[in-house]
Amino acid sequence: MKTRLDVTLTVNGERVTRSIEPRLHLIDFLRLELGLTGAHAGCEHGVCGACTVRVNGEIVRGCLTLAASLEGARVETIEGLSDSGEIRALQDAFVAHNACQCGFCTPGMLTTAADYLAQGGAADRAAIREHISGNYCRCTGYQAIVDAIEDAARRRAGGAA
Amino acid sequence: MKWPAFAYARANSLEEAFALKRAAGADAKWIAGGQSLLVSLAYRLQAPGALIDISRIAALHGVAEAGAGLRIGAATTHAKLGADALIGARAPLLAQAAPLIAHAAIRNRGTLGGNIAYADPASELPACLVALGATIVAASPRGERRIAAADFFVGLFETALAEDEIIVAVETPAPPAGSAIDEIARRPGDYAMAGLAAAFDIESGRLAHARLVFFGVGGAPVHAVRASTALTLHGVAAAQAALAGDLAPQGDHQASGDMKLHLARVLTRRVAQAALGPGSLAA
Ligand SMILES: Cc1cc2nc3c(=O)[nH]c(=O)nc-3n(C[C@H](O)[C@H](O)[C@H](O)COP(=O)(O)OP(=O)(O)OC[C@H]3O[C@@H](n4cnc5c(N)ncnc54)[C@H](O)[C@@H]3O)c2cc1C
Ligand code: FES
Ligand code: FES
Repeated sequence: MKTRLDVTLTVNGERVTRSIEPRLHLIDFLRLELGLTGAHAGCEHGVCGACTVRVNGEIVRGCLTLAASLEGARVETIEGLSDSGEIRALQDAFVAHNACQCGFCTPGMLTTAADYLAQGGAADRAAIREHISGNYCRCTGYQAIVDAIEDAARRRAGGAA
Repeated sequence: MKWPAFAYARANSLEEAFALKRAAGADAKWIAGGQSLLVSLAYRLQAPGALIDISRIAALHGVAEAGAGLRIGAATTHAKLGADALIGARAPLLAQAAPLIAHAAIRNRGTLGGNIAYADPASELPACLVALGATIVAASPRGERRIAAADFFVGLFETALAEDEIIVAVETPAPPAGSAIDEIARRPGDYAMAGLAAAFDIESGRLAHARLVFFGVGGAPVHAVRASTALTLHGVAAAQAALAGDLAPQGDHQASGDMKLHLARVLTRRVAQAALGPGSLAA
């Protein structure tokens, strides 16, 4: 049983090793140890989705993930998804539809929306709402966010914008 | 809130997990997906001295045919329950239940074993396992034992599991001819105010051998025996009436007891209708 341990993982393609306390969750690990402040800590008990990041290709709640459990894992944050260009079209759609006001929910929203598109999600408003149901936005009222994701899905399918 | 401090170790085998537990004592808890445990730490509802990570133990992984049914590893995530082809074919009720649990990001980490060990009264999977007549396989330093789902869920957040036992797998029998799950929640992903998992046969256009198991209406899943019999013998209206003898729901912050009973009746009709096809209950 360890009260401090070394963990090595890959974050946005870069291998990092840190000595951490087991009580550190993934969001504090990213923010405090690596200075990656894109993923936000909102509620820190699993309800708001502001902390959504990718681990081994799947979206997870960063606030409900022990950093200590991620030995060998591949983590991608909003910084990595932005730099790689993977979510460029989604980001453009968020801007075009004014889907971002204060911006607190936006990194989690984009990461969840990218997951929806990566799984082949269609321009189907009900299905989009279902997929982002775990992500709270206190500003937009969601309409603009659903508009943006729908638009990105339609453009990707090659239909009219 | 930030989690209280705890020690951590990852077990790579059941033997290693038991040895870590023996050394750490009652103060140590198993952690699988962490999607319930870590929430309770954030609320400071508990403060275990140590967490033993069992999520990477190979014996807890995998889905395989077992007799006419399945053996589903305890570490199977909710996402996998919803997507696995074998589960879809041999235990479709679990595949139907998966998308009702929480949200996509939580389903990627939360596990079958953790969900049933936690035994939330509003949880879908415990009710499904009771409806299917599944068996829970638990291991401890004393060996392996098998517990019928109906005996496993004892009460509110309470199971038949001993403190040092690990759920290894769930075994489902041959699938029933039909099964269905429905629930009423305020928003997608929320815990249900009331829900119904059902297994049944269909004989000459009627439901037969129905097992109606409700969740969110008691401390543990409730097998509504009277309503199940009434549904088979006399149809939906009789089953709805009989529910008053099966359920005595307590109100909670979401709904009063009376409202939950009403919702249980609505669900009974919906599930019967879905099973028999549209227009089947034109009464
Ligand atoms: C916002 C939110 C919404 C949710 N909504 C729902 C919902 O609608 N329906 C629902 O059913 N659930 C819901 N959940 C809970 C979710 O399903 C959890 O994933 C699940 O209950 C616990 O599984 P886990 O693997 O994460 O377990 P953990 O959190 O790791 O563990 C839970 C408990 O089980 C014990 N445990 C874990 N694995 C084992 C094992 N193999 N053997 C013995 N003991 C074990 C742990 O010691 C702990 O006490 C929700 C969670 C959140 C955060
Ligand atoms: S900060 Fe993780 S869900 Fe709110
Ligand atoms: S833009 Fe402010 S919370 Fe969503």
